[in-house]
Amino acid sequence: MSELKYDQKICTKCEKIDCLTRCQHIALDLEEARQEWMKILAGRDSRVLHECLTCYACEEYCPYHNHPFYLIVDRQEELSAWPVPVPLTKQQIAMMAPKGQIVAQKVSAPVINLCSFPMLAGSIQGKLFAGASIIGGNDLFCNIMWLHFAKNSVIRERLPKVINNLMDYYLKVSGVDELICFHDECFGTYTQLAPAFGIEVPFKPIHLFEYLTKKLTELKKEIRPINAKVAYQRPCSNRLVPETQHWVDEIFKLIGAIRPAREYEGENALCCGMVVQAAQRDDRADAIQKRNLDDMAAVGARYCVFNCPMCFMTLKGMVAERGMTPILISDLCRIALGEGFWG
Amino acid sequence: MEHAEILHRCFRCGYCKLPGSYQDLNCPSYLQYRFETYSPGGRMWLLRAWLDEEIPTSARLQEILFSCTACGNCVEHCVFPKFKADVLNAITAGRGELVNEGSVPRRVSDFFKAIHLYGNPYKLPEADRGAWAKGLGLEPYRGQEYLFFAGCAGSYDERGRKMARAVAGLLQDRGVSFGILGALERCDGNEVRAMGEAGLFEEIARHNIAKFLDAGVVKIITLSPHAYHAIRNYYPRFNGIFQVLHYSQVLARMMSKGKDQGADTPLTVTFHDPCYLGRHNQDYLTPRMVLAALPGVELAEMDRARVDALCCGGGGGNFFTDLLGSGPDSSSRVRVREAAATGAQVLAVACPKCAKMLEDAVKAEALESALRVMDLAELVQARSV
Amino acid sequence: MEEIYRELVKIVGERFVSNQPEERFLYSRDPGTMEPHAPDWVVMPNTTEEVQKIVRLANRQKIPLVPMGGGLVLSGLSRPLQGGMVLDMKRMNRILEVNEASSYVVVEAGASQGMLQAYLKKHHPRLKHSIPDAPPIATIGGNVLIHGSGHLSAAGGFHSEMLNGLEVVLPTGEVARIGSCSASPYWFSRSPLPDLAGLFLGWHGTTGVVTKLAIKLFPARPWNDVGIFVIEDPELAPDIIRRLARVQVAEDILAWMSPKPDWAKGFQMINIAYGAETKAELTLKRDLIRESVRPYLERKVGGFMPLPPDMKVRFLEAPQSTLAVFADVNKGGGFEYVGAIMPVELFAPAFRKGLEIAESRKVPYSLGARIVGLAHCMMFFYAYAFNRADQADVRRAQTALEDTNAMVLEMGGIPWKAETPAQKQIIKKMDPNTFALMNRLRAVLDPQGIMNPGNWEA
Repeated sequence: MSELKYDQKICTKCEKIDCLTRCQHIALDLEEARQEWMKILAGRDSRVLHECLTCYACEEYCPYHNHPFYLIVDRQEELSAWPVPVPLTKQQIAMMAPKGQIVAQKVSAPVINLCSFPMLAGSIQGKLFAGASIIGGNDLFCNIMWLHFAKNSVIRERLPKVINNLMDYYLKVSGVDELICFHDECFGTYTQLAPAFGIEVPFKPIHLFEYLTKKLTELKKEIRPINAKVAYQRPCSNRLVPETQHWVDEIFKLIGAIRPAREYEGENALCCGMVVQAAQRDDRADAIQKRNLDDMAAVGARYCVFNCPMCFMTLKGMVAERGMTPILISDLCRIALGEGFWG
Repeated sequence: MEHAEILHRCFRCGYCKLPGSYQDLNCPSYLQYRFETYSPGGRMWLLRAWLDEEIPTSARLQEILFSCTACGNCVEHCVFPKFKADVLNAITAGRGELVNEGSVPRRVSDFFKAIHLYGNPYKLPEADRGAWAKGLGLEPYRGQEYLFFAGCAGSYDERGRKMARAVAGLLQDRGVSFGILGALERCDGNEVRAMGEAGLFEEIARHNIAKFLDAGVVKIITLSPHAYHAIRNYYPRFNGIFQVLHYSQVLARMMSKGKDQGADTPLTVTFHDPCYLGRHNQDYLTPRMVLAALPGVELAEMDRARVDALCCGGGGGNFFTDLLGSGPDSSSRVRVREAAATGAQVLAVACPKCAKMLEDAVKAEALESALRVMDLAELVQARSV
Repeated sequence: MEEIYRELVKIVGERFVSNQPEERFLYSRDPGTMEPHAPDWVVMPNTTEEVQKIVRLANRQKIPLVPMGGGLVLSGLSRPLQGGMVLDMKRMNRILEVNEASSYVVVEAGASQGMLQAYLKKHHPRLKHSIPDAPPIATIGGNVLIHGSGHLSAAGGFHSEMLNGLEVVLPTGEVARIGSCSASPYWFSRSPLPDLAGLFLGWHGTTGVVTKLAIKLFPARPWNDVGIFVIEDPELAPDIIRRLARVQVAEDILAWMSPKPDWAKGFQMINIAYGAETKAELTLKRDLIRESVRPYLERKVGGFMPLPPDMKVRFLEAPQSTLAVFADVNKGGGFEYVGAIMPVELFAPAFRKGLEIAESRKVPYSLGARIVGLAHCMMFFYAYAFNRADQADVRRAQTALEDTNAMVLEMGGIPWKAETPAQKQIIKKMDPNTFALMNRLRAVLDPQGIMNPGNWEA
């Protein structure tokens, strides 16, 4: 079992406890935060373990990159402080289990990994993705999702196998060493979570945003500016890789989309609410979604753009009800290139 | 028998009898006869019983199988994703078995005989095939961009001829480069195929393909969606690969540059999707684009439209054999009552068989003063300056 | 025989009567496992008068008569066990009257569920009826008469409880009206008269031919949602179901347990469907439902599946079109189920014993329970798939069904729309005076014994 790369000394010396004092969902002053965090460090129960909505934000707030969120999840699992009812967790674990149906396939760069969303393959078309190989399915599922379920053990068990699958069935046999991650979750998994869990990643993950920026730059002449305000729904997994945020601005610039300043973006971004619903806190989810959508509407957004398919599925109806068009970022780019879009 | 392995898999749940809305019976033969035997599931079970020799080869079994109009409603609405695509193919294969045994209704064998001897079901000389074009000044095909394929109904049936003249006239007016084969044309074979006479169909297809290739044909415009279906989806099996368009698809391109010029007095039109353009080839949009381009024309859809359209009853050979029969529950009459209920003045069609079936039904229902059956080309012509 | 045929032709016309092998074959069986029994004639009447004439003819000639709706009962109830006539009622499919103010509809007995559903959607969009999960071609008459249940049963009970009145051709040919319509132009209720509807409900066509009926309608709400509550301990189910039902906002509560897909195996899913006039009301109802099971949420032993709206659509479909697909699970084309009406407290043993039977008999299975009323009882179903082309496999499913019927009776439940062998098992357990009363009533109503003979017989 891989140990978390975590330094307790950093936490004991920490003066600000940003991980908890900045939490959007649990109100704690500095003293309370310190007390609760000390309990967590000591492996004791804490209200944080029970009230955590698993939004990943503390992972971003920690100035020392000391993985407070992963520690919380480890502790939740050790103390059976389940954020989600146990049958639902078990059911999800069964649903997302590797199918063992994978067959080796020659691929060529760029290789787009759709992870557990192969149904979005229709979105991978047009000039942006010309010549791309598409892979996906449960056998390639990055498994980061178990952070929401206090099941780091499942990540530790399944992720190394997924990495082997990617290598053995696709990349190694094809001599490809780069993997375009369609979803933030995969990029976060392979660049940030895997190292923290001591799991080796033998290929180079590329964020979809980076890929899109590069392609759009190549196709610059064909771009017809969107000329509309676009709200961006930042997913929880982007908290793990905040360094990728600048790509969103670059993409917006390239496609002529206007990104109005919003209250809930960047470090203040709000969760789509799906995991809050899984935690059976619909009232909280309602409130979070309302704040988020009010904010998008207040800035006059015409589109709400998503990277995470789960955020997209959760919010698209509500976004549309507010008169905005919900759209995946790759599809927005395709519109700018004069292509119809799928989804 | 081909597809015999799916016969027992039909649960006879009956979704095949209905449109997506479930509002009424949408299988023409079940609507007409009402015995379970005349439903797609009934046919599947009977075929299995027949293959297992539990029931004899009877005249009734033949009628049951050949009264299917091959409209594809069953395929569209069957809820079994793993074999739904072959429900109609199984029925066609069953007809094929009866054909091979020589056990088909008299009207069916007469039909095959006529096609075999005359190249058309009307038993009229092939030499008269091009007579429909008389006076239009159409050119014989000699390398123009398109071949216009009139088909049997367009060549011999009075209603069909009228429609063929309207379409050809319109193509001519709009400067489309096309020619016709006239007496050299032969039946497209779609009904022969749907009636299970695979051998005769192959013969026809090969004959036509050879004729088309000899003439250097690359692109074909068909009057009938039936011909469109056969040439588009079945001729490639015999290496006959052509760019085939139904005439509505050509009209839509001509009109795509905005609203057509012409009369703009208000006119409410309802559109009857032909099975072989709609369900069999999934083109529901093109005919509606033609209508949308006509000034003053307002489309009033019937409850059963697109994938849910009720067949006119003329498919699967029934246009010629009439095994479906007449009466108030015949689908053509049910269909015109449904069309009239929309309040439309015109029932627009895009198939010569539908035109004839529905025009006759309008008369039978005494709806002539309220509802006029017009094909898309006739409508475009009538609305043009 | 020929003479009877000619008489029938005189009544309904040549097109609507058959004595041919094709119809005799098809009307001898249904999609379930029961062995075929061929009719001598299949007749399709168009009016009550035609039904009367047919019944009188059958009486004169002492010919068995079996009324049939959609023919989808699966337990073989419309097979003519002693030959005679099958009366396919589906030509009598008119929707006669919708009373918006008192929320009922009068239909002919052969009107299909789907047809009424579509008719109401178009002409009375604020009203709907309780649709069973049978395919939409199933008839309203057939389903009410077998005590069906459906998508509004948590709100309105069995479909037979939603019956306001009926018109019936008695086995001797007279037409009788039952309920308010017998003394009023309105079909508003069965009260306050002596409730004679019981003479025709649950009798499997042995007491008359129902030609018209009125059923209650319910509000069709513009906002609809479904929650799926998941547990992995069937012992918890009765209390959870009671709590969910007693909130009185659910239109339908349906538990389902299936070994496929993999993620469903070992869990009990409870769908709770509800509707509302506004989004705010919908949220309020969701919260009320959630609140009712709060103790289970807090103990983390159960929870509502987090599903994006798109994924909920198929759970809101009525009828569930995917249910029929169970028949194709092993490319076999068949399934049949025991629908056991039983008290909710038997959920756990009902589930466990069903599982034991399915696994020991090696039949593909799907189990579930539709809750009737405010958890007043449930229709626990045990569906077993079989390969229609393999007699041994059909027999295996049949045996599993027989075992299940016996198990259900043993537990205190009662098989619904039971096959004839199961009817005999029920009769064995029944109070002898009850069965004697049934026979006395039947003898009075049907002195010639022509109505669906072989059913409800010891």
